[in-house]
Amino acid sequence: MNDLGPLVPRNRDIHPVPYDPGYKTSITRSPNLPLLSMESTPSEETGPRFGHSLIGPLDNNLILNFTKGEAPAVGERILVHGRVLDEFARPVPNTLVEIWQANAGGRYRHVKDTYFAPLDPNFGGCGRTLTDENGHYEFLTIRPGAYPWPNRANDWRPMHIHMSVFGHSFGQRLITQIYFEGDPLIDRCPIAATVKDRAQLDRLVAPLDMAKARPMDFLAYKFDVVLRGRRQTMFENKMEGM
Amino acid sequence: MTQPLNTLQETPSQTAGPYVHIGCVPSFAGLGGIYPEDLALSPISEGAKGEIIEIKGSVYDGTGWTMRDAMMESWQADAAGLYPGQEGADPAVSGFCRFTAAIDSGEFTLRTVKPGAVKGRGGVLMAPHISVWIVARGINIGLNTRIYFEDEDNSADPLLARIEQRPRVDTLIAKKVAPGQYHWDIRLQGEGETVFLDL
Repeated sequence: MNDLGPLVPRNRDIHPVPYDPGYKTSITRSPNLPLLSMESTPSEETGPRFGHSLIGPLDNNLILNFTKGEAPAVGERILVHGRVLDEFARPVPNTLVEIWQANAGGRYRHVKDTYFAPLDPNFGGCGRTLTDENGHYEFLTIRPGAYPWPNRANDWRPMHIHMSVFGHSFGQRLITQIYFEGDPLIDRCPIAATVKDRAQLDRLVAPLDMAKARPMDFLAYKFDVVLRGRRQTMFENKMEGM
Repeated sequence: MTQPLNTLQETPSQTAGPYVHIGCVPSFAGLGGIYPEDLALSPISEGAKGEIIEIKGSVYDGTGWTMRDAMMESWQADAAGLYPGQEGADPAVSGFCRFTAAIDSGEFTLRTVKPGAVKGRGGVLMAPHISVWIVARGINIGLNTRIYFEDEDNSADPLLARIEQRPRVDTLIAKKVAPGQYHWDIRLQGEGETVFLDL
C-alpha cells in the first residue's frame, strides 16, 4: 500500500464531550464505559475511495442541483470553500466531502422536519464534491437560516452547514458543522457548546472571505478541515504482507 | 518557551444531527433525484466471491429504546482478507456500505460478503471482522466498533484479547441465527453496552 505508519492517536480533548446535559439527547446516547484504546490496524488505515465518475456537474451547487439547473434557490448566495489537510499539514487530495443544510428559512427537506418555515421548491439541501490535488473543495449554496429545536424551552440552532469528510482511512472519518462568523446564536447553542475549549469551537466558525467573493453575485466563507494524520518515520515497523 | 510544533489539530467533531440522511442517504430523507442513487447502498457487486450474509440488528439508547435515526457505515475486507486497493483484492467488493435504522422499526440490515481474516501489523492475524462507525443525533463524535462472527475462531484475535471484562467480548460478536443470517445489536449505553474503540 504505502509506507505510512499507524494513525496518530485521536486527541479527544479537542472534541466535544460525548455526554453533555445541556444537549439532552446526548444523555442517553453517550457510552458510560471507557472506549477501548488500540493502535490502528489495516482495518482503520485503509478506507473507501471515490472516483470522479461519482460526481455530477451540479453536485457541489446547492443553488441549482435540486432543479437540475432550472431555477435557483432562494437565499443569500454564498461560496463555501477551503482545504482538507491532515495533522502534518499535508493536503488530502481526491477525498469525498458531503454537506447538508436547512434552507434560507431554517427548514430541512426531510420527512421528519415539521418546522413551519416553508420548503423552498428550488432547494434540496445536499451537495458533494471531491477535493482537488491540493486538497481544495468548494460549494455554491445559500446561507442556511437559524431554526428552533426541541431541547431546552427556547433553543435555536445557529446558521450551520453539516459536513462529512472521508480522508483515505476509515479511522479518519469525520462529521462536523460549519458555523458563520458573527452569528450571535453560536454562543447560545448547546450543540456548539459540547466543544468545551472555546479556541477549538472557534475553528468551526468560517470567516467571511471577501477575496473569494464574486462582486454582484455571491459572498464567500472559508472553512479548512483537518483530518487525523498517519505517522511516518524511518523507525516505523513495516506491515508484513503489505 | 519552546519551538513551535508545525503540526495541526484535527477539526472538532459535531453531531451528525437528526437530518444526517439528507447529506448521506438522501432518498431515506424523502429527497430523491439529486444523485442517481445514494452512496454505497451495497459493499459488494454481482460476482463477489465468498459467502453472502445478512446482519440484522437495532441500535439502542441508554433507556433500551430502539433508535430510528442512526446511520451506520461499514468497512471490511473481501473473503480473502484483502482490502480494496490491496493487490489481488476482489474487484466486486467495494468494502464500504452505508445503512440506516429503519424509520418505523429501527432495524438495520447489512447485506455483504463474509470477510476473511486480515493481517495486522507484524503479520498477526485478526479474526474476520467488519468495522462499523455509528452517527446520530445526540452522538457528538462518531462511535467506532467492530462486528466479529460467532462461527469463526476468535480466540487469537488481538483486539478481542484486550477486552478486560470477558463478558463484554460478546457485544462485538454477531450471533448466527440461520445459514447466512446473523444478529448483532448496538447498545450505546448501560446494560450490555457495546465495546466502542478509541482507535
